Amino acid sequence: MAQLDAIDRHLLDDFQHDFPLDPRPYAAMAKRLGIAESEVLSRLERLRQKGTVSRVGAVIRPHAVGHSTLAAMAVPPDWLEHVAEMVSGYAEVNHNYQRDHRLNLWFVVAATGRDEVQAVLDDIARRTGLDVLDLPMVEQFHIDLGFGLRWN
Amino acid sequence: MTKLDDIDRAIVIATQGGLPLVADPYGAVADALGLSAEVVIARLDAMQQDGVVRRIGVVPNHYALGYRFNGMTVWDVADDHVEEAGRRLCATGVVSHCYQRPRLLPDWPYNIFAMIHARDEAAATALVERLATALGPLARGHRVLFSTRILKKTGLRLGRQQGGGTPCSG
Repeated sequence: MAQLDAIDRHLLDDFQHDFPLDPRPYAAMAKRLGIAESEVLSRLERLRQKGTVSRVGAVIRPHAVGHSTLAAMAVPPDWLEHVAEMVSGYAEVNHNYQRDHRLNLWFVVAATGRDEVQAVLDDIARRTGLDVLDLPMVEQFHIDLGFGLRWN
Repeated sequence: MTKLDDIDRAIVIATQGGLPLVADPYGAVADALGLSAEVVIARLDAMQQDGVVRRIGVVPNHYALGYRFNGMTVWDVADDHVEEAGRRLCATGVVSHCYQRPRLLPDWPYNIFAMIHARDEAAATALVERLATALGPLARGHRVLFSTRILKKTGLRLGRQQGGGTPCSG
């Protein structure tokens, strides 16, 4: 893991929500941290390039724009590599994880509408001859205010 | 919830990959859309009030920060108790996402999904214990599915044509 100093940690921890809706938001952050606006920008750019920060931006409520589902498949181990690669090949698949369960492939399909999502699930089922479990969100419980990082 | 209009959608799509790291990011977004910075800020504010925008902020990459143990905890909770269970899981403060999803019997009996992130297996196990304690007898059964491999994770890359969304914030 990359070395992060105290200011990096504050940038990561203290601004996961309530990012300033101010014409100069990074200047507002800089003021709180007691550093220059240019330093906030250069640090965020560095953290983003290193991959420590995915992005600075809005987290949109699921289904507010578009539709998505979580899909699961039980793929025979010998096929897993091939099927995983095929699934990842869809532009509509934005997360794809191998997990330690009989249902060993879990992926998120997101598209502009329900029909487009269904078409991808159907296509994967047809191409693999395997069942694709469709587990769309029924309700979201967590009001996502970010996630407190534990540094120790 | 107010319906999103075309301007709202355009702002969401333009910002879904992140705000530009320049001194006036809202102005930069506004320029690209032919709007004013004031309108972009006002729309984002309204969408946040409305809940369409959950939050605006720095989105850390848990994996890059050393949280290599990404656990999808799944719980079987009686339908009547789902709301209470969701509330309790969120109240622990250790889950990043918590959703109700349908059971698909007989393959899949679990109807609540809560994501945890830990740096090692022992820490992950401790978090699962906390969640189990929080739910108590509400949980009729549970499993933890650790990710053994990230095969793809691109985040928000939708709606280049006409809108898009994301289920998950990473």
